[in-house]
Amino acid sequence: MILKKVALMISVSALAMGLLAGCGTSTSTSTNSTTETTKPSSAVTKSVIKIATQSPLSGGSAVQGEAIKLGAQMSLDDHKVEFDKLGFELQLVPYDDQADPKKGVANAEIISADQSILGIVGHMNSGVAIPSSVVYEKNNIVMVSPSNTATEVTDRNLKVVNRIVARDDFQGPAAADYAFKTVKAKNIFVIQDKTAYGQGLAEAFKDAATKQGATIVGYEGITIGEKDFNGVLNIALSKKPDFVFFGGLYAEGGLLIKQARDKGITAPFMGADGWDTQGLVDVAGDKVKDALYASISTDITKTPDGMKWADQYKSKFGKAPDGYSAYAYDCMTIILNGIKTASSADGGKVPVREKVRDAVRATKDFQGVATKVSFDGKGDNTYAKVFIYKFEGPKYPGTMISEVGK
Amino acid sequence: MILNILHSLPQVLIDGLALGAIYAVVALGYTMVYGILELINFAHGEIFMTGAFVGTGVLFLFQSTGWLSGMPGWVAYVLILAIAMLFTGLLGVGIERIAYKPLRKAPKLISLISAIGVSFVVQDLVRFISELRTGNYIISGITLFDKNVTIGTSSLGSWLGDASLKTNTIIIIVVAVLLMISLDFFINRTKWGVAMRAVAQDRETASLMSINVNKIIILTFFIGSALGGATGVLFAQQYGTIDPFIGYILGLKAFTAAVLGGIGNIRGAMFGGLVIGLLEMFASSNLGLLTNGSFGSEYKDVFAFMILIIVLIFKPEGLFGKAVKEKV
Repeated sequence: MILKKVALMISVSALAMGLLAGCGTSTSTSTNSTTETTKPSSAVTKSVIKIATQSPLSGGSAVQGEAIKLGAQMSLDDHKVEFDKLGFELQLVPYDDQADPKKGVANAEIISADQSILGIVGHMNSGVAIPSSVVYEKNNIVMVSPSNTATEVTDRNLKVVNRIVARDDFQGPAAADYAFKTVKAKNIFVIQDKTAYGQGLAEAFKDAATKQGATIVGYEGITIGEKDFNGVLNIALSKKPDFVFFGGLYAEGGLLIKQARDKGITAPFMGADGWDTQGLVDVAGDKVKDALYASISTDITKTPDGMKWADQYKSKFGKAPDGYSAYAYDCMTIILNGIKTASSADGGKVPVREKVRDAVRATKDFQGVATKVSFDGKGDNTYAKVFIYKFEGPKYPGTMISEVGK
Repeated sequence: MILNILHSLPQVLIDGLALGAIYAVVALGYTMVYGILELINFAHGEIFMTGAFVGTGVLFLFQSTGWLSGMPGWVAYVLILAIAMLFTGLLGVGIERIAYKPLRKAPKLISLISAIGVSFVVQDLVRFISELRTGNYIISGITLFDKNVTIGTSSLGSWLGDASLKTNTIIIIVVAVLLMISLDFFINRTKWGVAMRAVAQDRETASLMSINVNKIIILTFFIGSALGGATGVLFAQQYGTIDPFIGYILGLKAFTAAVLGGIGNIRGAMFGGLVIGLLEMFASSNLGLLTNGSFGSEYKDVFAFMILIIVLIFKPEGLFGKAVKEKV
């Protein structure tokens, strides 16, 4: 009995010692680093500035979500030395929103409570960004999204919300334009996944295609997470479309392509940026050949500078960049530039969230790795473009075959 | 409109049969456990899912060791079926031992909650393991039989369209029918089957007749779970992509099938599964047509569950079940 108690006491005290030791080392390192810097105006200890990322790190779109995190991290690491000289220590705090609006909002509350977080790279999904940004607006934390395309994201005129990619009412019509003019599609079958992203995109595509003069022979919905799409494809089979458009993500899209080819539907399939990932090739396998996708992200390896960047990314993380990686990199750089501007206007102090928010919105003619950026009054990028890709075989990314500017 | 429906009917029937066969075999697991213990084993959907993952995992293993190219496709198929059945059978027995046996004397609601708990644990366990390997839990497996056959149903009449059939669909239907027939034989013709039926009827009296009730319950869980695991393999082969959450909604539909056929009734479960599969496929192919576009195919589940509610209102014991008479 006594032995037990003694053992318990020992273990508890060991734990306490461990905790104290942990705190001790962290404080000592921070004091060490402050003595090294010679920034007259900054406070005694080096101020920590944190930038958060919010993207799905688990779940069906984890491949793309992870790419956003890594892209943001790369930019942050590239700017570490520069901010060190200014007397700031940069830290990345990645959050997993699980592509779930509830989780995104819960994370947003946690982020808002941490005063050292000055900006957010994310979200990946428009459906998550829309409710979460309401929390950011309340707390004035700026958000720059590398991938949100739903029109509602910026149409609400929130001061904190910015995005650097094209909107659905631009992406959808660009895809429709390609289908009608280049593929010469007359009878188009549209499928969507009933999410804010998929439905918005499909409707934009449908409206634009109808305006061009194509006939929509079917407009059907599917449920996310299902594995059997034979029902919808049977309808498509009976309508004999010469083109199929899908508004949704790769997990369902890949299965749709595979099951459609099994059924003998030979019409070209087209998706949008939700298909712009290695994941689509993994799911659809060699059936992915000839599938098309309109994407808001460019093929980074097309330019020599981009190629160099991609090589750096690869050597740093051990895998090739995904569609959004470079965009997340640019988002982070824009936020960091905003912090720099706001800080120098404030005499080198850690800027307040409102100042960062306004500085980011004021971004003009910023040349990033992936895209040029100027924000308009709503937070949309005036330089955003849409790109059309085609899979030549089971290899990601597809070949870029067309480019549409505004 | 009628012509359109007829035109796609052969294809709908084939797709519906494949889906229905899967529901039917999974429904057997629900019905067997319910028949013996009057417990709805909500973890059964997760056992199905685990079977899909074990089958796919073993295939990946075969591929990485190079055995896959060395053996005929059907040998690999039989092997993964057997391994998955053994694994999930043991998993089912383990779940019974840990989560249900200690609660056997407790009120029914307690074991139901325990079952739901187990199902979440298994989901996250599988998710964790599959994420360890690939960093992503949606797994695209290797499909063994990927050929397509076209059935010339259009030669029967110009109003019928052709149907295309995956080789794998034939395998699903054949394996499912084999499993169902052997189970039916086992229950009705063997000594163990008689003992099982006796326990289902009255556990106390059966134990007085020198039947080891515990053994029978373990056997029931083993067979039911092995069937679930086998169906998981069939499912993974048919659709190619699996994730740890496929068991939930599929389990729910299979449970519906069991209720539709009369829960506790083996043949009812088979029938119910086929009906639900066919109905679902029919609804998803034709709902838009029938309602003139106001309801799309995404409402197929609503349609299937509505049929269930109607059956339960007018024949609450299910299509094949016998109404339980109040004991006086």
